[in-house]
Amino acid sequence: MSINKETVKKISKLSRIASNEQFEDSMIKDLNSILTFVEQLNELNIKNIEPLSSVVEQKLFQREDVVKIMNEKEDVLKNSPHKNENYFVVPKVIE
Amino acid sequence: MTTIAKYTLVELVNKIKSKEISAVDATNAYVERIQKSKKLNAFVTETLESALEQAKKADEINQKDGALSCAPIAVKDLFCTKNVQTTASSKILKNFIPTYESTVTSKLWDQGAFLLGKLNCDEFAMGSSNETSAYGNVINPYKNNNDDLVPGGSSGGCSSAVAADLTSATVGTDTGGSIRQPAAFTGIVGLKPTYGRCSRWGIVAFASSLDQAGPMTKDVADSALMLDVISGHDEKDSTSANVKKGEFLKNLNKDIKGLKVGIPKEYIVDNMPKAIQSLWDKGIELMKDSGAIIKNISLPHTKYALPTYYIVAPAEASSNLARYDGVKYGFRAPGKDLIEMYENTRAQGFGNEVKRRIMIGTYVLSSGYYDAYYLKAQQVRRLIKNDFDSVFNEVDTILTPTAPSSAFKIGDKTEDPISMYLNDVFTVPVNLAGLPAISLPGGLDETGLPLGLQLIGKSFDEQTVLNAAYALEEKIGFQSQVKDWWM
Repeated sequence: MSINKETVKKISKLSRIASNEQFEDSMIKDLNSILTFVEQLNELNIKNIEPLSSVVEQKLFQREDVVKIMNEKEDVLKNSPHKNENYFVVPKVIE
Repeated sequence: MTTIAKYTLVELVNKIKSKEISAVDATNAYVERIQKSKKLNAFVTETLESALEQAKKADEINQKDGALSCAPIAVKDLFCTKNVQTTASSKILKNFIPTYESTVTSKLWDQGAFLLGKLNCDEFAMGSSNETSAYGNVINPYKNNNDDLVPGGSSGGCSSAVAADLTSATVGTDTGGSIRQPAAFTGIVGLKPTYGRCSRWGIVAFASSLDQAGPMTKDVADSALMLDVISGHDEKDSTSANVKKGEFLKNLNKDIKGLKVGIPKEYIVDNMPKAIQSLWDKGIELMKDSGAIIKNISLPHTKYALPTYYIVAPAEASSNLARYDGVKYGFRAPGKDLIEMYENTRAQGFGNEVKRRIMIGTYVLSSGYYDAYYLKAQQVRRLIKNDFDSVFNEVDTILTPTAPSSAFKIGDKTEDPISMYLNDVFTVPVNLAGLPAISLPGGLDETGLPLGLQLIGKSFDEQTVLNAAYALEEKIGFQSQVKDWWM
């Protein structure tokens, strides 16, 4: 499978990364070479092999359901590049 | 002063505890070297003054308990440190000041260590040469004639700082070799623990099913001590393993008589430099001398590990890095609406390698391609793990080279992403299978640059790996060749 300009534009949209001509050209080249490399996997017969998403063999543990005071408002907002009182500020969303 | 910075971590802590050296003297020894080592660019942030204050206080009240008593330690800039800037070497996290401390680093401070600063790395730990950092290249303390060399990556600031005696030890992270390959490039020891051995809480995430924190140190005993401190179950990380905590330093033992050591034939790769093959042969001979039993083994899916990794890791990264949107923390670029603000922030905030991986990850997870790439990679990941499971019925540990070359020149591999990815050919399979592995200096190549040997172990059997490395370390007798040329 090879990646063309349209596909790069679509992926950059999905990735929320602003795209331009130069970015698209370099991505077409790099992504195609990476995809060719990973397509070596097509040599393998993987029928009926169960996918492995995590090597962890334990069950998820549960915590006691107790209230802990953490991530207080001031701390959470501290690093925001734009805030107002107790809110994160973003460009207008609703017209 | 210089002699203090040359002590191993174990020696340093013992001398501080026995009051042979004060905490202030110990800290000053590192501070002086750090101030004269800007050329190496190992630090993104220095916290020298607060380290000296802590040392002064420890001397005054004579507080010298704790397994890392008064050891000055800088850490990879991927660990969140409370009130100290944490950037992941990315522009998008510039000026991010965490309001909490990662579990691993809080364990260091609980045992009496002081933070010296935050060490440079590849941006979001994506790279094998530290050249993707937004804060500049790190320089290897080893030189090839007059050429500056990369320190390896992604934990390149860590490897350079330990090799140049700028920190008593450090913690890095390893997703595909980011502790072991830089350790090999700088003549130090690097240990990637079993997945789940150390908590990932408070570490900037790259690929969550592969990331693991671990020690980078001057020698094997230091790595055992550091692992004693940083390991353990943490309820804040659901993948952290609820296993008995080891006593790695106490149980360190160089008697490896009868240890079964596997030599995988698939690790003999095309164009492997002669020096790497002869290093490996030497390692095998020395293991035999120590009474180990050498067995030839096969890990048939080895060549598929890198292609698998370059689907799985970017897929997880594209999801993990979705959080950098310019809203809650970090850098923000303006945009006429919300979407354009996101897109501009991420286009300007991320570097090229990070963008490449987000794009690949998004592609392999996108509708219509998920089965062909991501699902297939997870199936091959199972085959790779099965290979290891089956050989570990026959052997106790596996010996391989750590990397297919010694440290290379800055700029040598930045043009072609694949040539950079190939650096991790011997380290990546271990992350996919979740196993522990250590890299230790094995000798020098014909140009005088260090080369690493890797020992891989069974899940949660770091002790065997450490013991085998301890035995090998003594036989090899590696001496640092760092000459302080930058001072």
